[in-house]
Amino acid sequence: MSFPLLTVTAALPAVGAIATAAVPAAKRTAAKWLALLVSLATLALAIAVLVRFDPDGDRYQLTESHSWIADFGVRYELGVDGIAVALIALTALLIPFIILAGWHDADPLETGSSRWRPTQGFFALILAVEAMVIISFEATDVFLFYIFFEAMLIPLYFLIGGFGDRAHEHGEKTAATQRSYAAVKFLLYNLAGGLIMLAAVIGLYVVAGNFSLTEIAEARANGSLDMATSTERWLFLGFFFAFAVKAPLFPLHTWLPNAMGESTAPVAVLITAVVDKVGTFAMLRFCLQLFPEASKWATPVILVLAVISIIYGALLAVGQRDIKRLIAYASISHFGFIIMGIFAMTSQGQSGATLYMVNHGISTAVLMLIAGFLISRRGSRLIADFGGVQKVAPILAGTFLIGGLATLSLPGLAPFVSEFLVLVGTFTRYPVIGIIATLGIVLAALYTLVLYQRTMTGPVKAEVNGMPDLRVRELVVVAPLVALLIFLGVFPKPVTDIVNPAVEQTMSDVHKKDPQPEVEAAK
Amino acid sequence: MSATAVHSLWTTAATAANPIAKIDAPKIEYGQLSPVLIVLGAAIIGILVEAFVPRRSRYYAQMFVSAVALIAAFAAIVALAAGGYGTTKAGIAAMGAVAVDGPALFLQGTILLTSLVGLFTFAERRLDPEQHGNRVDSFAAQAAAVPGSDSEQKAVRAGFTTTEVFPLLLFAVAGMLVFPAANDLLTLFVALEVFSLPLYLLCALARRKRLMSQEAAVKYFLLGAFASAFTLFGIALLYGYAGSMSYGTIAQVVDGTVQNVTPALADTMGNDALLLVGAALIVMGLLFKVGAVPFHMWTPDVYQGAPTPVTGFMAAATKVAAFGALLRILYVVLPGLRWDWRPVMWGVAIVTMLAGAIVAITQTDIKRLLAYSSIAHAGFILAGVIATTPEGISSVLFYLAAYSFVTIGAFAVVTLVRDAGGEATHLSKWAGLGRRSPLVAAVFAVFLLAFAGIPLTSGFSGKFAVFKAAAEGGAAPLVVIGVISSAIAAFFYIRVIVLMFFSEPRPEGPTVAVPSPLTMTAIAVGVAVTVVLGVAPQYFLDLAGQAGVFVR
Repeated sequence: MSFPLLTVTAALPAVGAIATAAVPAAKRTAAKWLALLVSLATLALAIAVLVRFDPDGDRYQLTESHSWIADFGVRYELGVDGIAVALIALTALLIPFIILAGWHDADPLETGSSRWRPTQGFFALILAVEAMVIISFEATDVFLFYIFFEAMLIPLYFLIGGFGDRAHEHGEKTAATQRSYAAVKFLLYNLAGGLIMLAAVIGLYVVAGNFSLTEIAEARANGSLDMATSTERWLFLGFFFAFAVKAPLFPLHTWLPNAMGESTAPVAVLITAVVDKVGTFAMLRFCLQLFPEASKWATPVILVLAVISIIYGALLAVGQRDIKRLIAYASISHFGFIIMGIFAMTSQGQSGATLYMVNHGISTAVLMLIAGFLISRRGSRLIADFGGVQKVAPILAGTFLIGGLATLSLPGLAPFVSEFLVLVGTFTRYPVIGIIATLGIVLAALYTLVLYQRTMTGPVKAEVNGMPDLRVRELVVVAPLVALLIFLGVFPKPVTDIVNPAVEQTMSDVHKKDPQPEVEAAK
Repeated sequence: MSATAVHSLWTTAATAANPIAKIDAPKIEYGQLSPVLIVLGAAIIGILVEAFVPRRSRYYAQMFVSAVALIAAFAAIVALAAGGYGTTKAGIAAMGAVAVDGPALFLQGTILLTSLVGLFTFAERRLDPEQHGNRVDSFAAQAAAVPGSDSEQKAVRAGFTTTEVFPLLLFAVAGMLVFPAANDLLTLFVALEVFSLPLYLLCALARRKRLMSQEAAVKYFLLGAFASAFTLFGIALLYGYAGSMSYGTIAQVVDGTVQNVTPALADTMGNDALLLVGAALIVMGLLFKVGAVPFHMWTPDVYQGAPTPVTGFMAAATKVAAFGALLRILYVVLPGLRWDWRPVMWGVAIVTMLAGAIVAITQTDIKRLLAYSSIAHAGFILAGVIATTPEGISSVLFYLAAYSFVTIGAFAVVTLVRDAGGEATHLSKWAGLGRRSPLVAAVFAVFLLAFAGIPLTSGFSGKFAVFKAAAEGGAAPLVVIGVISSAIAAFFYIRVIVLMFFSEPRPEGPTVAVPSPLTMTAIAVGVAVTVVLGVAPQYFLDLAGQAGVFVR
C-alpha cells in the first residue's frame, strides 16, 4: 500500500488544530507558532501532492479507497484531478499567511477569565477549516464530500461570531451584536443549502445505489445508470443550490457581506478566498459530472444569474462606505465570473474559471489583508475615515494598489489572464452574455480606483497622520503574495498545465465541444 | 328449582366420561426473560431495602442494587444476542406473551444502557448545596410533605432523601423492557402501566420548584390516564374484531390468512369499523407516549416540571420503548392495514416535524426547548417508521440509540448550570456561559449540534439513516419536509450556541456546579456515543441491521 499522501495532507491540520487547542492558556505565543508550523508543514505536503501529480496521467490520482459506512454505501475515497490539486495548493499556500496576518487578532482582552482561551481557539479553528476544506477538495465520494462540506460551517461559524475587529465605529456592544448576527446568517444560509443538498444526496443514493463519484459518473457515461429527466433535474437543483449559497451566487449572496464585514480580515480571506472555492469547485466536480444533462438544461438561467452577480455585485461595491463590505461585494462580482466560466461549457471558460479561483484567492487575500492592516491602524472600517495614507505609509499604499489593480484585472497581473479566458470562453458560445459581463470590468475599475483614491490619496487626515507603515510581519505576509500575483500574471503556464487536462475531461463529461471558430467553419 | 339445578348453572359434576382436563403448568423461558426478571427482582429488593436498611446507608444500598441489576440485565441481553436469540433463535416466550427477537433485544439493550446512565444522574448528590450537613440529590426530602410546610422543613433538617426513586426507576425500566417486546395486547397494556405509573410519581418528586413538579405530574398522570384508557378501549375493540389478544393471530385475521375460522370470528372479521377504530386508538396511545403531534401537549410541561434527571431518563428511555412498541404494532400486527395507516402516519409525521421545530423557536426555557426538540425528533423517527422496509426498522433502531444518549447527556448538562434558585433553566441566564465555563458550554454545543444533525455527530448518522430509509420506502416528500424542518430546528439550536458563546456573561449569572464522577460519567458517555456514532457508525448500523427483523 502506498503512502496515503492525501489523507495525511488533510489530517495534519486536523491534528494540528487539536494540538493547538490543547496548548495551556498562558502559552499563547506557543500556540501561534505551533499553528504556523503546522500550516507550513501542510503547505509542504501540498507541494508534495503537486509534485507527485502527473497532469497527463489518470484523471484521479493518488487515490485512496477504504470501506467506511457500508450500510450507507459510503466509502472513504480520495483522489485529485488537476483542478483539485490547484485548489489544495492555493488553500495550503494561503493558510500560513492568514495565520501570520491574524497573529494578534485573537489576543485576549484583559477581562477574560484564565480558562477562556480565545487565541488557542482562533488558530485551532483556522486549522480545522483548512483540514475540512482540503478533504472536501480530495473527496471523490459524494457523501464524504457532503460531510465535510457541512461540518466546516461549525468552525467558521465560531470564527465569524467569536472574533471581530478590535475597534468598531459603533462600540464593542454593537460590534458583538452585529458579529453574532453575521455568524447566524452565515450558518443558516449555508445550513439550509446543505440540508437541501442532503435531500438530493439521499435521492442520488436511491437512484444510484452508491456514492462513488467515479462509479456513478462512469455509469452515467456508458448509459448503465439511467435517470429520469425530471429526477436528474431535481437532484441537480439540490446540489447546485448548496453550492450556489456557498459560492455565493445572486440571489443567495447576502450572507457574504455580513460575514466578511464583521469578521477579522484573515477570517474574511479564509471565507472568500478558500472556503467559497469549495462551492465553485463542487459545481465543476459534482454538478457537471453527475448531472450533465441537467447542467446543460440549467445553463441559461445560471448564466443570467451569474451576469446579474457580476453587475449587481460591482454596482453595490461602488456604493459601499465600508472597506471590507466593498471587497465582499467585489468578490460576489468575481464569483459571478467564475460561475459564468464554468457554465459557459467551453474549455477556455472552464480553464479560466479554475484559474480564476486561484487568482481570486491570491488577489483578494492581498487586498483584504492589507485592508485589515489599515483598519487595525485606524480603528475604523469606513472609507471616509481615511485619506492620504500613501504619504505616511507608502509601502502599505503601494501594495494595496497592486492588490486593487489585480482585482480590476489589469494586464500583467494574474487575474487578467483568467478573466480574459472566461470572457473569451463565454463569448464564443454566448456573445450577448459575454458582452454584458464585460461591463463588470469597467465597474471593477471604478470601485477599486475610487477606493484607492479616497483612502490613499488626497490630504493626510489628522487621524491617519503618524500611521506606521507595514511592519516586518506584515511585509512577510504581503510580499510573497504580491510576487505571486505578478508571476502568475506574466507566466500562468504552471497552473494552466495542471488544470487543462482536467477541464478537458469535465468537458467531455457534459458532451460539449468548443464551438469552432467561424473562419475555420467557413472553409 | 332444586339446589342441584341451581348449582349446575356454574358447575358440572365430574363424571368418569368427562374428567377435568389437566391444566398444564405454563412454560416460562426464564433464560430469555432474564433481563426483565433481573430488573424486576432488583426493584423488589429495592423496596425491601427501603423497609429494612437503616436510612443513612439506604442511598448506597439502593445505588448498588440498581447499578448491579442494570449491568446484569444488560449482560443478559448481550448473552442472549450472542446466543443468536436476536436472529436465528428469535422466538416467542412466556406462552406467547413476549417476543424475544432482534428489535426487542436491541431496544432493551438501549433502554438498559440509557437507564444506567440515567441512574448516575439520579444519584448525583454534589450539585445542590449541602443542607444541614447532608448531601442532597434532585429529589424531594419527603414526597408526602406539603411544599413549604413545617413537615417539609423537618424532613429537610433530618436529612431525609427519597431513596424510593431507585426502585421506582427500576420498575419503570422493567416496564419499558417489556413494552417493545410485548407480543400480545394485554402484555402491552400491563407493560405500559408498569412503566408509566413510576414515571408519574418520579415527575412529582423535585426538590426545588415542588409545586411546578407536582403540577407536571398531575398533568402527565391525567393525560396519560386518558391515553391508557384509549389504548385499552382500542385493545378491546381489536379483541372483539379478531377474537384474540395475540399479535400473530390478529395479524392473520387482518390479513385474512387465518386458519379455522369459527362462526363467531367470521361474523366479526367483516367488521372493519372494529379494526380501524381499535387500531387507531391503540396507535393513538402509543403516539401519546412518543410525544407526536397532536398528542404532544403534555411534553413541554412535564419535561419542564419534572426533576431534570427524570426528564432526561424519560425523554430518552420512554421514547425508545414507545417507538419499539409502535414499530411492533405497525409491522407485526397491522402490516395488512398499511394502506390505511400509512397516510395517517404521513400526516402525523409531517405535523410533528414542523410543529416541533417551529414552536421550539419561541421557547425561552432550555427544558421546554429540549421538549419541543424531542417532538421534532419524534417526527423524524416517524419518517423512518413509515418506510415499512427492514431498513426502516433498523434505521429507527439506530436513531433511537443515537438520540437517547444525546438527550440524556444534554439534560445532564442542564443539571449543572445553577443559580441560587436551583437549576437556571431560563435561556437568558445561559448567556455567556461559554466564556465562564468553556468546557461545559462546548460539551453542550456538541449535543446541540448532534440534535441539529450536523455531520460527524450521531444526530447526522441517525437522520441520514431514517431519511434514506424513508426515501427508499417511497416517502420522498417526507424527506424534503424533514430537511426543511431540520433547517428550522437548526435555527434554535444555533441560537443557544450563540447565546452561550457570543453573548456577554451576565454579572449575576448562574454558576456551573462541579459534579461528582457520576454525572461526569453520564456526560462523558453521552459525548463519546455522540462522536463515535457520528464518525464510525458502521458497527452499530450492522447491529441495528441484524436486529431489523421482527418475529411473529
